[in-house]
Amino acid sequence: MSQQGTISRNFNPWPMMILLGVLTGPLAFMYVFLFVDTVTNTDAGSLVPSEFTLEHWGFLIEDVEGRPNIWAVTLNTVIFACSHTAVVLSISMTAGYALSRLNVPFRAFFLAGVMILHAFPTVTLLIAIFLVLQFLGLYNTLGGVILVKAALLLPFGIWIMKGFYDTVPWEIEMAGMQDGASRFTVWRLLVLPQVMPAVFALGLFAFLDGWSEYILPQVLAPGQEVQVLSVYLANLIADDNNFNMNLFKSVGVFYVLPVLVLFVFFQKRLLSMYGGGTKG
Amino acid sequence: MDIRLENFTKRFGPTTVIEDLNLTIQDGEMLALLGPSGCGKSTTLFAICGIHRMDGGRLYFGEQAVTDTSSQNRKVGVVFQSYALYPHMTVAENIGFPLRIRGDESASRRRAVEEMAELVQISPYLKRRPAELSGGQQQRVALARALIRRPGVLLLDEPLANLDAKLRLEMRAEIRRIQRETGITAVLVTHDQVEAMSMSDRIAIMEEGKIVQIAEPMEMYNKPTSDFVAGFLGNPPISFLDGSIEQGAFVHKESGLRIPSNGAPDQPNARVGIRPEHVQANAELPIEGEITFFEAHGRETLYELKLKGGGNLRSIQASIPDKQIGDHVSWGIDPGSVLLFSEDGARL
Repeated sequence: MSQQGTISRNFNPWPMMILLGVLTGPLAFMYVFLFVDTVTNTDAGSLVPSEFTLEHWGFLIEDVEGRPNIWAVTLNTVIFACSHTAVVLSISMTAGYALSRLNVPFRAFFLAGVMILHAFPTVTLLIAIFLVLQFLGLYNTLGGVILVKAALLLPFGIWIMKGFYDTVPWEIEMAGMQDGASRFTVWRLLVLPQVMPAVFALGLFAFLDGWSEYILPQVLAPGQEVQVLSVYLANLIADDNNFNMNLFKSVGVFYVLPVLVLFVFFQKRLLSMYGGGTKG
Repeated sequence: MDIRLENFTKRFGPTTVIEDLNLTIQDGEMLALLGPSGCGKSTTLFAICGIHRMDGGRLYFGEQAVTDTSSQNRKVGVVFQSYALYPHMTVAENIGFPLRIRGDESASRRRAVEEMAELVQISPYLKRRPAELSGGQQQRVALARALIRRPGVLLLDEPLANLDAKLRLEMRAEIRRIQRETGITAVLVTHDQVEAMSMSDRIAIMEEGKIVQIAEPMEMYNKPTSDFVAGFLGNPPISFLDGSIEQGAFVHKESGLRIPSNGAPDQPNARVGIRPEHVQANAELPIEGEITFFEAHGRETLYELKLKGGGNLRSIQASIPDKQIGDHVSWGIDPGSVLLFSEDGARL
């Protein structure tokens, strides 16, 4: 190594590599066979894949009996994740700024409230939320579950955004106002561009969070019309009479694919959220 | 456009930082607000540009009362200590930002930006971002941005504090040149007396929220109204000796040194201030002492002198070979140039 001009390490990497290899081996093995099982009819317990078949992916073309159309469900999931992201982003971006910079009344109260809500377990609210949605007529609608999901992620989003706004120097805003810009223009043209990495990361995080949400749609929007992929998947395996393991695995792969793609392309930006928000 | 502050008062919570301050800055002049940190000079500056609301008093730009005008509408150019350039914009976008906000067309905006870049000499860097510029270049961009709307007033908050020594010297002259060329009324806030003396037409020296003296630099240097002003101006600083004035002469308590008081009335407690350039090897009034410390500055050397009996003086003069710490010397002071102060600090 050092002969090639690189800096020689002051530790031996091999023990760590072996330990990590041993620990991740089973996981990697599981993922490999999750995929292998979707295109073969391998017997349970066998390590050698049998024939190649696409029959388990038939659900993409033909509806599975008693289940809603997969594309309709996917569209619901996309709408759910995107709307959730939009709500979380727009409110976090503005509320975070207000808490960071503006002299809002009860600022300390809101800050403490956001912090507490951030740490509050969702499940405990489930029945209350169910009753509220029922009362409002939003039960079994995508809109209702989007609102609930977004509301529950907002404390986190606001807190992260506030942390990033806190790092933008005051002088930039002062200078903007001296240059004749209104407070809103200052925010839009001068401050917001400084926190764009955070906006991007939070948006990605919110999308993935919405995509993978299960418990809220399951309880608050279980109907076939408004079903999302996680609920569809759970119903597949909940059916005791005729469950098809390979179909379940295929839908699972289909469900996780967008997440993997997003993560592969944007992992750096996603991680930046934890780099800049440390002040928060 | 002249600036008038009348009975300006500023409080932060329960503490009154500035009370009833009156200040007039004449049209086209560069006025330095000089003082130690915490004296209220930046507060005064921020009140003029509108970042701080005034808790009392009135502010006029020319004949126009602007006390209640928002900072956006005051049309004041400000250069901040950190420059506060917009990091996501290019130099050209930074300079043109005030015009963009005003809604100027992009063609006329570009012309104005190029013209301004010419004035502050950063034309080759218009496409760069602030992070790709040196401190001095960032400073020039900040100046250009502050000046592009042709404001009546330019405010500079510690503009040279973030520059290294050589650039500071260069930018001192540059800022002065640009201010002269545009004929703008400017206020410079600084804690550095060299900056204040070299750049401004007049200096207002502040202490604890009050203006102690306002005068032209050389006048303030030669005729300070108090020992605070005398001690603040001058580098290396003036040295003070405590004593009394008896029978037409200042008598130093410890060494018994007598300096003619030039008509100042007799009093039991008084101070004399002697600037280092007035303590010379061959000056008129002889003193005896011992060199306790010296610093070679190249062209000249700064000596610290302990008088026989007590009391310290500084002397700056052409280097004398073979003078060591501990050497006894018989030098002199120029009795016509000493400054006498009463017990409460007022000059006699």
